[in-house]
Order: sequence, then C-alpha cells, then structure tokens
Amino acid sequence: MLQSVFGKFTKWRILKQLILKDIDSLVIGSLGIVSFISFFVGGVVSIQTALNLENPLLPKNLIGFATRQSIILEFAPTFISVIMAGKVGSYITSSIGTMRVTEQIDALEVMGINTYNYLIFPKIVALSLYPLVICLSMFLGIFGGYIACVYGGFSSSTEFVEGIQLDFIPFHITYAFIKTAFFSFILATVPSFHGYFMTGGALEVGKASTVSFVWTSVVIILINYLITQLLLT
Amino acid sequence: MIQVDQIVKSFDGTQILKGISTVFEKGKTNLIIGQSGSGKTVFLKCLLGLFQTDSGKIFFENKAIDEMTTSERSVLRQEIGMVFQGSALFDSMTVEENIMFPMQMFTNKQDDEIRDRANEVIKRVNLVDANEKHPDEISGGMKKRVAIARAIVMNPKYLFCDEPNSGLDPKTAIIIDNLIQEITSEYNITTVINTHDMNSVMEIGEKIVFLLNGKKAWEGSKEDIFNTENEAVSNFVYSSDLFKKVREMYLKT
Repeated sequence: MLQSVFGKFTKWRILKQLILKDIDSLVIGSLGIVSFISFFVGGVVSIQTALNLENPLLPKNLIGFATRQSIILEFAPTFISVIMAGKVGSYITSSIGTMRVTEQIDALEVMGINTYNYLIFPKIVALSLYPLVICLSMFLGIFGGYIACVYGGFSSSTEFVEGIQLDFIPFHITYAFIKTAFFSFILATVPSFHGYFMTGGALEVGKASTVSFVWTSVVIILINYLITQLLLT
Repeated sequence: MIQVDQIVKSFDGTQILKGISTVFEKGKTNLIIGQSGSGKTVFLKCLLGLFQTDSGKIFFENKAIDEMTTSERSVLRQEIGMVFQGSALFDSMTVEENIMFPMQMFTNKQDDEIRDRANEVIKRVNLVDANEKHPDEISGGMKKRVAIARAIVMNPKYLFCDEPNSGLDPKTAIIIDNLIQEITSEYNITTVINTHDMNSVMEIGEKIVFLLNGKKAWEGSKEDIFNTENEAVSNFVYSSDLFKKVREMYLKT
C-alpha cells in the first residue's frame, strides 16, 4: 500500500486542493478539542501533583516541574495522539470506507487514478503539520496547569514558573517531536488502510472505524514504548 | 469494439466466470443479462480491469488488454466511461465539479474551457438547475444523469453501465435507457450495459448476452429474444405474466 501511495502522482492542481481540504478537516478541525482537553488536563495534573505533595520539605516548584514533564513527555505527544486516533482516525476510516462501499473508489480506479495516492497521500502531507497541534497542546497544558495551580492557591506564580524551568533538558522536546512525527504518519496510514480495504456496507463502515481506532491506538502505544526505550534509556 | 475470449475468473476456488467469449459491437447498446449471482457484475468488472481474469483475453479494438504497455492502459482508461449502479458520485463535490473532475484530472485545459464542456454535457443529459447542488440534494434519476454526464464528458470510446436504471421508477428508467442509447449512436461508442430489467432488454437491447451460472447461455438481439427456443433465456426473460402475454401477442402477429 505504502509503495503505491508514493507511486504515480495525482495532478498537482487536484492534489493541492485535497491537501488543503485535509489540513482544514484533520488539523485545523482538531484544534478546538485538543486545546480544550490540553488546558483542563494540564490543570488536573498540576492539582493532582499539588495534592500529593504532602511532605512540607518538598518545594512547591515541583508542581510546575511535574506538570511540565508530564505534559511534554507523555500527555501532549502520546495521549493527544490516542485521542486523535478516535477523532481523526475514525473520520479517515469512515470517509474512505464510505467511498469504498458507494463505489467511489472504483469510479476513481476506472478513470485510471492511483487511488492510494489520491486518497492517502494528502492525509499524510496534511498530518505532517500535526506537530504544530502538539506544540499548542504542550503550551496550553502547561498554561492550564499554571492557572489551576496559581489561582487554586497551591503555589505562587514564581514557584510554578521556577518549576517549569527546573532541570530543563531540551532533548525532551526533541524526543517529543520525534514521537509526534511517527504518530502523525501512523494517524494517516493505519485508519486509511482500514477504510481502503474494508468490505461490506454501512454497518461495516462503523465496525471498520472502531477497529481502526483500536489498532491505531495499539500501534501508537507500541511505537511510543519503542521510541522511549531507544531515545531515553 | 470489445472482444472477449474464453475468460475465466474464480474467487476462493469457486469459478464465477467459466470461459465466456463474445463481441461487443461499436455504436450499439450491448446488454449483459442474467439472474442475480450469474456473474454479470464480475464479468463487467473484468472488462473494466477492476478484476484480473485467471485466463482468457479481452481485446479493445483488437489489442489485448494484458499485452498493453502501462501508457497504453492509461490511455485506454481515459477512453472508458462508467456509470455505476449507485451512481458513485463524489459526495464532497457539486454536480458540476463531479462532471468537471475527469477533465481536470486528465487534460491541461483551463477551468473555463472545462466548465463549458461540462455544461455542454449537462445540457445533453437534460439536467436542469443542478450545477451547484451536491449529490445528496438531487433525486436518483438526476444522479444517474450526472453519472452519465461524467462518463461521457471525456468523449469515451467505451461506455459501461452497471444496472443504470435500478431503483428508478419505470418512466425515469426508460428515459435513462433511451438517453444511453441516443448517446451510444450519437458518439458511436461501444456501450455495455449490465441489467436484469426486462424493459431495458425490450427497449434498447441491440445485442444481448445472457449469462447462466457463469457461462454464456445465449446471445442475440431483442428481436431474436421473441423467437428463441432457448429454454433458459425464455424462462428468464418471460418469467412475468405480462412479458409472456407480450411474447404471445408478438408471435401471433
């Protein structure tokens, strides 16, 4: 499948429109839910950390530190990707699956169009902007943590900001974005595979979306483990 | 002209097409008829190249499809128009965009020129006030018209139709059948229609191929079908009382 995705290319003027459409629906269309979840989960992480710091000897800046580490290392890249497997993944599977059951893919094939390239390549390109979504998620997650912590009275603003800067390792950002790049590719290809090769009718489109979500999540979690093992140990 | 020579196609060890040979003539509406499960759709998909045959040859203007180079196949694809059973219109595009799509894909013409050609075929298939509508906003009959317009916009040499009037009321079905026949003779194209609608057989069946259990059981024209002594095709075509009476009346006169 992947070989065909990068095989005979669709005409640029058509491909350009498809890429822009996919950027709109897959990336821009996800900003709202990603922002909402990141902000509030960031807040919850900082509150949970604050409530678990019972020992008075532990400095309050640990709240900011723990929030930053949780958000940058795992929450933004991995868990937002799992959420995106549900949102973007099932959208991709159901849209390609519906095209399959309504013979739209056959219509493209009869015209001599490389359907893999036409349907999947624009999604891969559109989701190459996915790291920007994760960047926003990181920012809003930490910001949510700051608001919850400072306005919840768990620490001062200075302590939280100090915590964010504490023992900062720039490579952790690189690690997060390396993961994100892999995840964006998985988010575009695994659901496309499930949609493209599905058979049956409308009921099977629903089933394929569910199976696609499960497999995309499994692959994301496994790749996350492997990359963490390779880059951080 | 399309020539089919002894094509065989199996799925999971079950032979669906068992050595079919026939010729589909240019400028004529060629019908493939048969009961559900007789292999009509598989046959049509083999002709379209959507399924690879296990053996046998398909010739387009005396050139075997499996002996064509990639570029020759690519050219052939652009000479084929297809009307799918469910119309297969692209949901995300308007009627006009659906019709413009093959030209945008395969020609280097400017958008204005493409739009003019699209409107020309829209007029030809009698679609009124539908250019800006999406497929879910138009009726089944209009969808078929859009599918036909999309299929002929590139001036194809071959037109394939899979159950073009399924799900349509009898009047609209006849209008669609007649439209396909008019286009076939007007553009002098080889049209192959997959159907089990007996009205279509009587209306536009210039050449009819009857499939039974994956084999060609009979072929002839709509006139031949009245006089045939082939029991299988008679049982199929004249299965309703109405058609039995029509045949009796025809034979009496």
